[in-house]
Amino acid sequence: MTGPDAPLAPILETAGLTKRFPGVLALDEVAFSLRPGEAHALVGENGAGKSTLIKVLTGVYRPDAGSLLFQGAPLRPATPLDAQRAGISTIYQEVNLVPLMSVARNLYLGREPKNRLGLIDFGRMHAEAERTLREYGVSVDVRAPLRTLGLGAQQMVALARAVDVDARVVIMDEPTSSLEPREVETLFGVIGRLRERGIAIVYVSHRLDELYRVCDRVTVLRDGRVVHTGALAELPRLRLVALMLGREVEQVRREGLTRFSGERTASADEPVLVAEDLRVRHLVDGVTLRIRPGEIVGLGGLLGAGRTETAKAIAGALPLDGGRVSVAGVPLRRRSTAAAIRGGISLLPEDRKAEGIVPGLSVRDNIALAALPRLSRFGLVSERRVDRVVATFMERLRIKAAGPHQPVGELSGGNQQKVLLARWLALHPKVLLLDEPTRGVDVGAKAEVQRLIDELAADGLGVLLISSDLEELIEGSERVVVLKDGAVVGELVGEDVTEDALLAAIADAAGPDGTAPVPAAPGGEAGSG
Amino acid sequence: MARTPVTAAAVDVSRGGAAPAGASGAERISALAQRHGALVVLVAVVLVTSLSFDTFFTGYNLNRLAVNAAFLAIVALGMTFVIITGGIDLSVGSVFALGGVLAAWASQYGTLPALLVPVAAAGAIGLANGLLVARTRLAPFIVTLASMLGARGLMLAVSGEGNETYLVPQGSAFLELAQGGLFGIGYPVYLTLALFGLGGLLLRRTGFGQSVYAVGGNEDAAALMGVRVARTKLTVYLMSGLLAGFAGALNAAYLGSGVTILGFAMELDAIAAVVIGGTLLTGGLGYVSGSLVGVLLLKVIQNVINLIGSLSSSYQQVVSGLFLIAVVVAQTYLSRRRRIG
Ligand SMILES: Nc1ncnc2c1ncn2[C@@H]1O[C@H](COP(=O)(O)OP(=O)(O)OP(=O)(O)O)[C@@H](O)[C@H]1O
Ligand SMILES: [Mg+2]
Repeated sequence: MTGPDAPLAPILETAGLTKRFPGVLALDEVAFSLRPGEAHALVGENGAGKSTLIKVLTGVYRPDAGSLLFQGAPLRPATPLDAQRAGISTIYQEVNLVPLMSVARNLYLGREPKNRLGLIDFGRMHAEAERTLREYGVSVDVRAPLRTLGLGAQQMVALARAVDVDARVVIMDEPTSSLEPREVETLFGVIGRLRERGIAIVYVSHRLDELYRVCDRVTVLRDGRVVHTGALAELPRLRLVALMLGREVEQVRREGLTRFSGERTASADEPVLVAEDLRVRHLVDGVTLRIRPGEIVGLGGLLGAGRTETAKAIAGALPLDGGRVSVAGVPLRRRSTAAAIRGGISLLPEDRKAEGIVPGLSVRDNIALAALPRLSRFGLVSERRVDRVVATFMERLRIKAAGPHQPVGELSGGNQQKVLLARWLALHPKVLLLDEPTRGVDVGAKAEVQRLIDELAADGLGVLLISSDLEELIEGSERVVVLKDGAVVGELVGEDVTEDALLAAIADAAGPDGTAPVPAAPGGEAGSG
Repeated sequence: MARTPVTAAAVDVSRGGAAPAGASGAERISALAQRHGALVVLVAVVLVTSLSFDTFFTGYNLNRLAVNAAFLAIVALGMTFVIITGGIDLSVGSVFALGGVLAAWASQYGTLPALLVPVAAAGAIGLANGLLVARTRLAPFIVTLASMLGARGLMLAVSGEGNETYLVPQGSAFLELAQGGLFGIGYPVYLTLALFGLGGLLLRRTGFGQSVYAVGGNEDAAALMGVRVARTKLTVYLMSGLLAGFAGALNAAYLGSGVTILGFAMELDAIAAVVIGGTLLTGGLGYVSGSLVGVLLLKVIQNVINLIGSLSSSYQQVVSGLFLIAVVVAQTYLSRRRRIG
């Protein structure tokens, strides 16, 4: 009775919702309406106001003007707790849990099962937590601190927490940005079940194919204003992108959605990066990689295959148990991130919140942080040069901020990612290790990032690209090295870098016709030739 | 684009989305070291001391040591809650002294006023700390530094610039509360154990306790998860103030007078005890039982130095200081190891 096509009264409706931050109008008279049982896509460029709308709906921010109707009655949540009590449950953009507390305690924080004396019943809590999480494909020790879980599993805990309460509306702000394909499937299953129960979903994502798979309707935000709302199936992809970016459909078609030129030819020079027989206990098992100047090498594999760990090991962020790394023929002697940076290796880390961004510092300082030695003379920083570099990157990456002096913590999620990317690009490295470079970045900027990577490669930079976005991996790399359980199990070159070949290589660690599967020899000399 | 289902079928399910194996073993060991390290050291010190001095492990000495430790322990209990939320309370030493002077002054009107007056005054200071920290988002360090000065001034005013010493009337029930005992163990020891029992229950087994950990672990996330952050902070500072005032009153009864120089730098001892007991100074992780062990360790070291006799008691501070450094270095080492694992 709660099918999406039944003309139902909206469960959640806003009118004239406005929210102003110093220097930006984040929401401008937003009218948004959500029907019971529907999955509603909320899309827009980085900084368009999606997360702000969600935060206003759930009592994190107070709106400056406008009204909110929930189940036909006005609602003015003053805190997230009010919104939760009313029946609006939310997964916020970044994984927002408490890392030091146990998995179970995170799941039940604020609604712990109690015994007759009113004390928390940990036995029941752990049993229930285990059962609940198993439904989401997460089988872990629920007594262990949340921190010990991978990002994807943490995101599943957040999902379980949001869905487990008795909600009428579940809001998901980029829930899949740190999920593996299998986890994405689990999420979609959960969404299906919720909708059968008449629960409405608000779904934010920059991955368009996901939107077309799960959502019925769409609302497009641009610069804080609603520019379109309607059925999603009737809206062609190009038109959707054009609406988001505020461009003509024709222009979008001409420019294409991915900007890797695919016409680069790596020089036959000596490799700029040689990593030989890298070993990190339990994580990396004898990985050998060679990257030539101008080459983009993709690293494929599943969660736990050791992609992130390999990148970290190369960049000196993980202690090596064995192996050598050299840049342009010069071996790195000291194993530390500082030595790696000096040697010319930059790593864009996967977890920007924990390992990258300094939220209290300005956009300018965040970008200049690592490049300061390069931008200074005799230990003195040249402010003019810093300003110039910062201005260039803010423009090229279309970083949306009130100005270079705005604290990065105030930027939208995608713009934070761009700042981080700018930091490592500003270093002018010889080797760039990119771990999920376009996570949470909108389609327009994604193309810009890809073009930038392309340009840098043409200048002789060697790039190692890790991405769970297969399309990006395939279009971006001329060679993909496939990892499994921390070891190299295959390699695809040139023409053979196709989606099918890659999936097959990942699946059974043996390439289809035309590829040369490399056996995972115990000695670990598998790798490029 | 229907590529996702294909991938899903191809996934190796056994990995379960958790961190790689092998991390959990090291994790468990470092968690154990964090939690019980102080206890192991305490047992070792007590063993060695008992074997070296036959005057140490006697009922008389142990009871005196325990009663002596009780006052600091009560203060450290409140401090534990504050530190787990990621805060700090520098005012407890002054509040302790103020509580003592007020108790001694009020004891002329009976036992009940002798307990209520200091506790009420301390509660008011704790409440002010809590309100300022929770509502204005001022740094706890600054707020409680100010109230530390304020409380000390108040105490000097009450005691006529420290010239007036109030005596607790001989034979009063108030005096008996701190000086009496049962089965050869002083009442303050029972009181302290009861308070720690309650504190432990509150921290580990109630929703409030969970919110204390959550606020210290990740304040923003806690707020998004519906934790009442401001109320939680207010409560811990209020508790800390109340406990410090009560400990001061009990101490005045024990000494028979309100001594104005007491409580000086006591906040530092309390913080040291809490940290030695395994509570993270950055918040989010900690145990009341650890703080009790931390207090005992500090007091036993003091006792040992007294027993040696030839060493000046100043060395007690040197030893405590070295100990603290060792613990903090170990903590940093352990947490860094864990982050990498
Ligand atoms: N706390 C804040 N203080 C100041 N400005 C803010 C704050 N939060 C958001 N903004 C600004 O409001 C605008 C909208 O941000 P919002 O986070 O809603 O974008 P978004 O659509 O979620 O983008 P993304 O796709 O990158 O997550 C941005 O320009 C951002 O800089
Ligand atoms: Mg956002």
